Amino acid sequence: MAGPAAPALAPARTGETAARAARIRRNWLLATPALVLLLLAASGPLLVVVVYSVLEPGEYSGVVWELSGEGWFRVLFHRDIFDDTLSLADAHLTIFWRSASISLLTTAITLVLGFPTAYFIATRPPTQRMLWLFLVTIPFWTNLLIRTFAIMEVIRNEGILNSWAMKLGLIQAPIQILYTDTAVLIGMVYVYLPLMVLPLYAAMERLDFRLVEAAYDLYASRWRVLTRVIVPLVRPGIVAGSILVFIPSLGAYVTPRVLGGGKNMMISNLIELQFGEGRNWPLGAALSMTLLAFVMVALLVYVRNMSKVERRG
Amino acid sequence: MNRRLTGALSALALLALTGTAAAEGELNIYNWGNYTNPELIKKFEETYKVKVTITDYDSNSTALTKVKAGGHGFDIVVPSANYVPIFVQEGLLLETRPDKMENFKNVDPQWVDVPWDPGRHYTVPWQWGTTGIALNTSIYSGDPNTSAIFMDPPPELVGKVNVVPEMNDVIGLAIMYVGGEPCTEDKNVLRQVRDKLMAAKPKWQSMDYGMTEKMSNGDVMASVNWNGSTFRVRLKNPKVVYGYPKEGYVVWMDSVAVLKDAKNVENAKLFQNFIMDPENAALISAFARYANGVKGSEQYMPEDMKTAPEIVVPEKYKAAGKFLPTCSKAARDLYTAIWTELRK
Repeated sequence: MAGPAAPALAPARTGETAARAARIRRNWLLATPALVLLLLAASGPLLVVVVYSVLEPGEYSGVVWELSGEGWFRVLFHRDIFDDTLSLADAHLTIFWRSASISLLTTAITLVLGFPTAYFIATRPPTQRMLWLFLVTIPFWTNLLIRTFAIMEVIRNEGILNSWAMKLGLIQAPIQILYTDTAVLIGMVYVYLPLMVLPLYAAMERLDFRLVEAAYDLYASRWRVLTRVIVPLVRPGIVAGSILVFIPSLGAYVTPRVLGGGKNMMISNLIELQFGEGRNWPLGAALSMTLLAFVMVALLVYVRNMSKVERRG
Repeated sequence: MNRRLTGALSALALLALTGTAAAEGELNIYNWGNYTNPELIKKFEETYKVKVTITDYDSNSTALTKVKAGGHGFDIVVPSANYVPIFVQEGLLLETRPDKMENFKNVDPQWVDVPWDPGRHYTVPWQWGTTGIALNTSIYSGDPNTSAIFMDPPPELVGKVNVVPEMNDVIGLAIMYVGGEPCTEDKNVLRQVRDKLMAAKPKWQSMDYGMTEKMSNGDVMASVNWNGSTFRVRLKNPKVVYGYPKEGYVVWMDSVAVLKDAKNVENAKLFQNFIMDPENAALISAFARYANGVKGSEQYMPEDMKTAPEIVVPEKYKAAGKFLPTCSKAARDLYTAIWTELRK
């Protein structure tokens, strides 16, 4: 640990302490612009969102400066338009559930696909690895929107997938994939797969393969080697990759917007709806904070997991 | 006499000054997607040596929200009739007095003294059309002239209908479907509207824009759609027909307005005047396939538009068309509430 090395134990060497204090002061001074920028750029907008979430909605968008808990209230409760009866906002709950389940599924599928990929790359000779990694990063060269439209072209009713399956006689009529949750899931797995492969690879590259050999020498089966040796050793990579995939998945906007057809919303689309057509900025702001809370929970899980790993490791 | 002359001269000088200042510059148009003829823009650019940039939006509410938020950099916006008074009330439009512009004489008299902009002090007609039903007859051969196609889809169309997420059009169609009048505040009618829409939603495939492409290539089989878009679909996919719901369908007009915080006001005014020229108005229609409000533009229009059933409303359906007025605030709030419930 690179913490302060207990200078208080040597009070006689005041000159050194003073120099140290000066150095710390200078470091703080140098860091100030960055800190101020971070504070303003990160907390400022967030603060605006917090404040907006407790105001009244304006008539055509925007807010009226009157305190109101209605925005937060409506995150979870629904007031009937006509008879004012209260009920749980099941539409919101459905959307939260869809976001969480699609994100979890995306994480699981990318892990299943990404793990062997990363293992494959990590077991290539060092000279080849760069080439494979380079191939993994190629999708990032193209804009996300364009890639999403490309997916659309593949899964459309008259798209590549359906027309080939029909030509091969596998199906008689096109299967409706576009504008379903499945379409959103396919899109998200495609988009976030590299984010899983890269941290997994980073962890596997450091893996000491002599341990794998040793396990085999001790008559461990393939499955045991995987579950008892490899997985525990690359655990930090698995956790990091899962977090890197899960968090942006929760907030995904473009993929569900394009492939979900405006009917299968995720949280981000719901937030956008409130800031646009719904003209209810406070509710939109409260929903944004809810999403933030979800992300914080995911991060907390991550931090707890990582500290466990460190304690063990 | 002398004073008038000086006045006229200084006005001329001012005009000349601003004229030259504006002659070479920019114009930023904020318009509905897939709605602006590139040829029209090219002609305007060449005539006035102006660089035009077009940005798309997909709904009136998107346009209103973005313009109201400020910092957009747009000079021109093209809201529908029922949104023009909102833009005006919110102080977002510049009173450019198109009625005093040179080409205003070409505007069809029926589009001059319009309720949303009496005497045309702010806006110039862009295009007008109807909102009805587009149906691919290869999958369903029943009557397309009914809102039941999306309000109560026949079995063949379950899971295959799209509804464009344009609130006023959809709510308007739904109100007329249950027997009400557009802009009604009658809660009994609106409750039916909400319940029917909520019951129909699970039978829809999507709520999305872009039907010109998606219906042409068969991704969507039926949709609430605009007439001109459906016309363009039919040219690529002859099996698609346009239906005028007999329960009532929506008639609308989009108008070109200059924004109050426009940076290129003179160019924007030039554009307003430019599109009231019949030849230019015809260019607008030739691309997006809607009628415009300019007299004499017909002679420059493509031949196929003169007989198209999407453009020339058949006599027997004429009476069912209703122009969407700007509704009261109470009505609008109810519609927004229903709409948000439907969308989630």
